[in-house]
Amino acid sequence: MSARDRILAKLNAAPVLPKAAPDIASWYATHRSSETTAEKVARFRTCIEFAHAEVYEVTHASWLQKLWEVLSAKEIGKLLVAPGTAHGQRAITELSQSGIECPGYDSPIEDWKAEMFHDIPASLTASRCAIAETGTLVLWPDADEPRLMSLVPPVHIVLLDAATIHNTFYEAMTAEKWKDGLPTNALLISGPSKTADIQVTLAYGAHGPKELVVLLIGEEA
Amino acid sequence: MSEHALNFMPSEGFRARAKDVVENPFLRQSFRGAMDFLIGKRAGQFPNPEELETLRTLGEQIRQYNLGKLPALLVQLEENLSRNGIQVHWAETPDEANAIILGICQAHSAKLMVKGKSMVSEEIELNHACEAAGIEAMESDMGEYIVQLAGEKPSHIIMPAIHKTKEEIATLFHEKVPGVDYTDNVDALIQIGRNVLREKFLVADIGLSGVNFAVAETGTLCLVENEGNGRLSTTAPPVHIAITGIEKIVEKLDHVPPLLSLLTRSATGQNISTYFNMISGPRKAGEKDGPTEVHLVLLDNGRTQAYADEQLRKTLQCIRCGACMNHCPVYTRIGGHAYGTTYPGPIGKIISPHMLGLEATATMATASTLCGACGEVCPVKIPIPDLLMRLREESFSAPHENPSMRGQGAGYSRLMTAVWQGWAAVYRSPSLYGVVTWLGSRFGWLMPSRQGPWTSVRVPLKPAPKRLRDMLRERG
Repeated sequence: MSARDRILAKLNAAPVLPKAAPDIASWYATHRSSETTAEKVARFRTCIEFAHAEVYEVTHASWLQKLWEVLSAKEIGKLLVAPGTAHGQRAITELSQSGIECPGYDSPIEDWKAEMFHDIPASLTASRCAIAETGTLVLWPDADEPRLMSLVPPVHIVLLDAATIHNTFYEAMTAEKWKDGLPTNALLISGPSKTADIQVTLAYGAHGPKELVVLLIGEEA
Repeated sequence: MSEHALNFMPSEGFRARAKDVVENPFLRQSFRGAMDFLIGKRAGQFPNPEELETLRTLGEQIRQYNLGKLPALLVQLEENLSRNGIQVHWAETPDEANAIILGICQAHSAKLMVKGKSMVSEEIELNHACEAAGIEAMESDMGEYIVQLAGEKPSHIIMPAIHKTKEEIATLFHEKVPGVDYTDNVDALIQIGRNVLREKFLVADIGLSGVNFAVAETGTLCLVENEGNGRLSTTAPPVHIAITGIEKIVEKLDHVPPLLSLLTRSATGQNISTYFNMISGPRKAGEKDGPTEVHLVLLDNGRTQAYADEQLRKTLQCIRCGACMNHCPVYTRIGGHAYGTTYPGPIGKIISPHMLGLEATATMATASTLCGACGEVCPVKIPIPDLLMRLREESFSAPHENPSMRGQGAGYSRLMTAVWQGWAAVYRSPSLYGVVTWLGSRFGWLMPSRQGPWTSVRVPLKPAPKRLRDMLRERG
């Protein structure tokens, strides 16, 4: 008998009475009220700013201008982008003219791992949606916009469409039917990397990004 | 507190280790301050008692429902992980788990393993096994990194280095990290750790992590963390090995949000952790990063023993938030190392006997005031005080056939049992009680001045010259 069979045999031998399935939907229905987009935006901002993220409200037309301002203010001259995405292409086209270098994540990490760890000061990714209750961005990395983009560069800039903000994590995963198809690595991100491991003193920039910038795209003014 | 103080007989030396901490005002202050901070942070996250209570009930229902289907869910998890390309391994003992992990390392000629925080890897002493096999195992959680540099073990499951002051850490970094000057600035210390470990993430052959929730229906491994080292450990190296106890399974993806909310709010008083990392497979064709191999090791190590008994099974509801230790008056005073087990505090006292046997842990359940705080704050309503009483019974009752726990009766003493039986008899019979108290009031002067551990810190016990019933009679 294998370890697997022995473990399963022991568990199956236990006298266990089945328990009723938990009613998660009704708990959320009675404890989390629905909000308008404006209310969700406000709550999202409050929470993620509390976690030390920077949030700028922009429009589809203006986000590149704000992105350039943010990079200039932080004296960043190089931004890692995903050339296979529409926003990545726009960044390459428009920022390159403003003197910001926009290398694309276009080859497997093995080809340029050291460069990624040492020479990329910032990155730009999109987010799939967000969660108002906790101030959380949802990232859905894929072949175009890989996992390490939101992790290794010290400054991570994220585009978020205000219309995609859900009230709760539960609402996000049920409304979008996540269980029917998760990516290799789905991520919830709620601020820059941090730790309180030394004398419970909060310090930012532990291992992941030291700064998280959200460009929150709302209605055109 | 050196590593030598820890061994596999936690009951032995417990008093001595506890005494060391109780008499050390700096450690007392470290723990008291940190626990008060965490208690306050948690309370701030649950302003509405009704919400807290109903959410805890929901958390308990989710955990009990999933434990009720555990064997079927393990099979479902294995099927779905395999379908996603994650290789599943099963281990009954720590030795088996280490052999599986080392086997994977050796198949890749691995020299360096970076580790995200994993208490199960502490439970199996993976770092020692790696060292013996010539593989460097490097902790990357800041607290774990500090503890590893110091040659110690975690003193708290969420805050491993809570027993160290920033000055101690400053000295440690100065002495152990090449080229580092002394600084006790916390931001600077964290940046030192970041810079050292980034170079390790860059070149590591293997990334190891724990698992907070394994979702059976989707074949997903979920990790909760703030630092990003968990994400780096599971993304940057070419191979990712996750290890978890068999109990951390949920059937449905929608079981995760309530448990995640209970976990982060109870543990550190955060509405959510910085990262929630959901891994459902290795790198797919066309993807540019992520490990090309992902493994999951499912560990028993005594959990099936707890599972076999309806009451003891509740131990497995635990989601490892650490709130029970944060609120424990004993843990706060003696710290995590005194217990001598991987998991300290109330949860340690109820889970360790299944892992190590009652032979090694017979008196652990007595290191409790039974104040009930642990049970009150537990986010999944584990009745910890009831379980402590049950474990005392298992330890100190006379050995019998078919015990439900390994080492049942390990603390049994014929004399002590006789004393308690006598005591119970006196209290059951009013006439016998009258005789004994009358003798006590007359011959109290015969009481010795040294009464074992009692008089080590207290004045001797002496029966009053007049009994309560005599005084009441005199008053008419």
